Amino acid sequence: MLRTALRNVLAHKARLVMTALAVLLGVAFVAGTLVFGSTMGEAFKNQSAKNLKDVAVSVQQDYTSISDREDDEADDRKTTLDGALADRIAKVPGVASVRPMVSGNATIAKKGGGPVNGVDSWQNFAANYVPGKDGKDSRYPLKDGRGPAAADEIALDARTADEAGYRIGDTVRFATEGPTLTKKLVGTVTTEDPAVTAGGTLALFDTAAAQKLFLSPGYFDEIVVSAKLGTDQQALTAKVSDVLPKEGAKAVSGKQLADEQAEQIARDTSALTKTLLVFAGIALFVGVFIIANTFTMLIAQRSREIALIRAVGASRRQVVRSVLIEAGLLGLAASTVGFGLGLAIAAGMRPLLNASGAGLPDGPLVIGADAVLASLAVGVLVTVLAAWLPSRKAAKIAPVEALSSVDGTPAARSMVVRNVIGALLTAAGVTVMLYVTTLDGSEGLGPAMLGSALTLTGMIVLAPLLSRPLVSLAGQVTGRLFGVSGKLAKENALRNPRRTAATASALMIGLTLITALTVAGNSAQAGIDKMATEGLRADYKVAQTNNQLPDNAAPKLDKVPGVAAAAPIRTVGFTTTGGYHSMTGTDLDAFAKTIDLKFRSGSLADLGDGRIGVSRQTAEKQGWSTGDTVEFEFYDGKEKKRTFQIAGVYEGSDYAGEVLGTTEDVKPHAFNDSLDSVLVKADGGATAGLGQKLRDALGDSPLLTVQNHEQLKQESAGVINTILYLMYGLLGMAVVIAVLGVVNTLAMSVFERTREIGMLRAIGLDRTGVKQMVRLESVVISLFGAVLGIGVGIFLAWAGGSLTGSSFATYEMVLPWGRLGLFLLIALVVGVLAAIWPARRAARLNVLAAISAQ
Amino acid sequence: MSPHAAASTNATVSAVRPAAAQAVDLSKVYGSGETQVVALDAVSVEFGRGRFTAIMGPSGSGKSTLMHCMAGLDSLSSGSARIGETELSTLSDKQLTKLRRDKVGFIFQAFNLLPTLTAYENITLPMDIAGRTPDRQWLEQVVGTVGLAGRLKHRPSELSGGQQQRVAVARALASRPEIIFADEPTGNLDSRSGAEVLGFLRESVRELGQTVVMVTHDPVAASYADRVVFLADGRIVDELHEPTADRVLDRMRRFDTAVRTS
Repeated sequence: MLRTALRNVLAHKARLVMTALAVLLGVAFVAGTLVFGSTMGEAFKNQSAKNLKDVAVSVQQDYTSISDREDDEADDRKTTLDGALADRIAKVPGVASVRPMVSGNATIAKKGGGPVNGVDSWQNFAANYVPGKDGKDSRYPLKDGRGPAAADEIALDARTADEAGYRIGDTVRFATEGPTLTKKLVGTVTTEDPAVTAGGTLALFDTAAAQKLFLSPGYFDEIVVSAKLGTDQQALTAKVSDVLPKEGAKAVSGKQLADEQAEQIARDTSALTKTLLVFAGIALFVGVFIIANTFTMLIAQRSREIALIRAVGASRRQVVRSVLIEAGLLGLAASTVGFGLGLAIAAGMRPLLNASGAGLPDGPLVIGADAVLASLAVGVLVTVLAAWLPSRKAAKIAPVEALSSVDGTPAARSMVVRNVIGALLTAAGVTVMLYVTTLDGSEGLGPAMLGSALTLTGMIVLAPLLSRPLVSLAGQVTGRLFGVSGKLAKENALRNPRRTAATASALMIGLTLITALTVAGNSAQAGIDKMATEGLRADYKVAQTNNQLPDNAAPKLDKVPGVAAAAPIRTVGFTTTGGYHSMTGTDLDAFAKTIDLKFRSGSLADLGDGRIGVSRQTAEKQGWSTGDTVEFEFYDGKEKKRTFQIAGVYEGSDYAGEVLGTTEDVKPHAFNDSLDSVLVKADGGATAGLGQKLRDALGDSPLLTVQNHEQLKQESAGVINTILYLMYGLLGMAVVIAVLGVVNTLAMSVFERTREIGMLRAIGLDRTGVKQMVRLESVVISLFGAVLGIGVGIFLAWAGGSLTGSSFATYEMVLPWGRLGLFLLIALVVGVLAAIWPARRAARLNVLAAISAQ
Repeated sequence: MSPHAAASTNATVSAVRPAAAQAVDLSKVYGSGETQVVALDAVSVEFGRGRFTAIMGPSGSGKSTLMHCMAGLDSLSSGSARIGETELSTLSDKQLTKLRRDKVGFIFQAFNLLPTLTAYENITLPMDIAGRTPDRQWLEQVVGTVGLAGRLKHRPSELSGGQQQRVAVARALASRPEIIFADEPTGNLDSRSGAEVLGFLRESVRELGQTVVMVTHDPVAASYADRVVFLADGRIVDELHEPTADRVLDRMRRFDTAVRTS
């Protein structure tokens, strides 16, 4: 049987090419993901080991023990690590040197104004420069100039200095918490810190200056200890622990730090690997349709051959085994090549991602035995499983069929059972999805996934039934436009509904996911756009990237000439029955001028101290209405519980939040005095120069953001599109495999219909007509898959989107017609492209040979 | 020897009307050098308009090749083949296709019909391909002649073998081609169905004035023709007019012995 199987694989090489490619691509995706994951994990681990090479012991603040002795006098600018402790540690036997460290964040302003990295200010690192005996800090190799040694000096990493336009000797403007500070640039350094190379910045100060900026003079965040040669790390850690104060500090060995980091890295990379494997799984799932289709067709073509084997004494089981072995051999060969391609993908990923600024460390490819085995096993298993149903069909071929001389198409098997199952699955899926629309937030996530899977599976099962009306409809068009070729194309597509459906389903899966993501993404985008500006009368939103806008910003902005109103916005969390909520506090008079809040009952004028407004969504969820008295429990401040009277209910707005009250009611409960933002209404609207005047009024700190309407909209616009394009890329593989499926089906069909094509050519259909016929069949199948996919995708996005809608007042489904149209167009093009090779083959058939073909 | 038999090796009988198709020194050679096979060796033959001609001969005699060359399905190695006034040897593939579509009707031994189309759609297929509207009256007459009126909506799988061949005959007749080529049209049929199909072919010639050329190895089938042309080893060796099955069989037997003794 093995020999038969091998002979069959070899004999049908050409016909198995597309199937092999489908398996190959799926396996390449899996192998690429696994190898890339382990390679990156190893590279990160090496990098962190390199960074910790000189760290024998790290002495850190121990927050767990500090919180125990919490008291109101605690000054968070002081730590338990001070200079005296550093000196004590330095005297511990076995310690070679100590490095007391101060760290914080500093955002650098460009020479011309504006921050170097204004978005992720937490990535703008700052530290103290610790010169060694030679006056240099080995941790930060100098590129130019010297290290900072005085209070008014600063060093930057070379890239940041370059981007900001500073040269040595220039005065650097920067901010750590709020106000703009200046220091003189004395040097630039290089760093391999991934956080910096991935888009952050690094500023270095003299130790005393850094302490003044981030802590208090004499205090440190961490003391790093390096050991003398031959000292045991574990023993040294214990000795260092002995000299630490009893509470508030801990000593961690370098090895433990490395282990912790390695564990974190492993968690991160495995999360990434798992995500990518989901997409690889989708690609392989799509491949299943192609494999199953191919084997079904091969077995149909070989039915007489199989009947003959049965007639000469092979058992059913042997026939099944022969088909499965054939599939296994195909899977193994394709997986082996696929693994090779996977290695190439893994090798190419790092340069590709780094080109877009990911800052991944270098390292050799790590090819684990598990990656090899997993890839091959997945490839072989998927192929064999996909061939299993067709192999059952092969076993059902009766020996007597070998003798029958009539080779008419076998009578269509009834699809009643299939249709009933499909209808039940689809109905179950749709029901679950409709139920999901009544849920909100995260509780609906599980049901939504289940409903989506059921609906999609149901549609796949129902696809043969749906193919008749939909393909007929498409055939009306092709028939009218392309005459007899179009009509024959339609008839051919309808001839074997299972085959057409399986081919189209492969395409449908990819398009369903792509459409659902696109619709949901665009709807969310539209919602966010609307939220950012709906009801916004203010011309500017002023905020600080570290969310610590000083309390006095509002009065300062109010004094700027041309400003009509400046409303300070701050929020504070509280709990009440039903969970965690947040309350917005503002100057209600100024707020009225900056936000157009639509009240359902009461009005903004009714609000005041002790009288709050709540959003309609919150009111509905909590069962509150105007006039009710409610009790909130705050987290901070003296007076923890407070009662309020509801004075009005308004339509949800991003700026008013869930609950709106006065500054006086909110401020006492806040952790600090800083503001979330200030909304500024200008007399003559947003005018050129006013934005800068607002910045200047607050000291023009690089942390400040002053955004007009357009900028508010743009702020979020990029993110969703970037995610969508990423998804398109990942789902692209599934679509490519589906296209291979279309090519495969067409090529097989052309082969099966050789005599028909010969006859058509004999009675006068020219080569162009034959090509047209194959091409149109391809287009009809592709469009069928696309229409199903887009339809199901829209439905899933509609039902799933309501989950977002319940907590996202401005969310409503937006159908991006342009993009959906583009998907249809792509399906059309895919149809035409997939038909190129099969159509050529059909057109090139020799008429005489074709007519007499068996 | 029958009085109708010509002594010459090539049939030179001229019909009163001009020939529907004509071959002059038509040769067809496959392969080259050692493996060269001469399928047709300078064959000259005319197929009279409105006549039913059968081509007979033992296996490998070149009868099918002659039909394929005359019908524009295969290229010639040398010589000339004409349908009406059209010389086939100079036509491109596209022109040949158009010629087959517009001037030639085909009936094959099997697999004549597209399984996806109904009988009616199969009959009108050549006209659909040409983008012509079928002549209703003529179509009804043809359908009536072959006795398919009640079965036009059926698909081939719902028809018997004989009915399928009758659909094929109707399709060949429907577009009123200059000439119909039939390749063993009764090869797959039982004798009763075969007789029916042959009867329709003969009727189409006698009553509708159609020209039919049929390749067959069945003397009974050949007896339906007005004239039988005999091929052996790629040459026309004899012909019979107004044949009967017995006379054809008799002539065939003589070929067999001639071949055996030569």
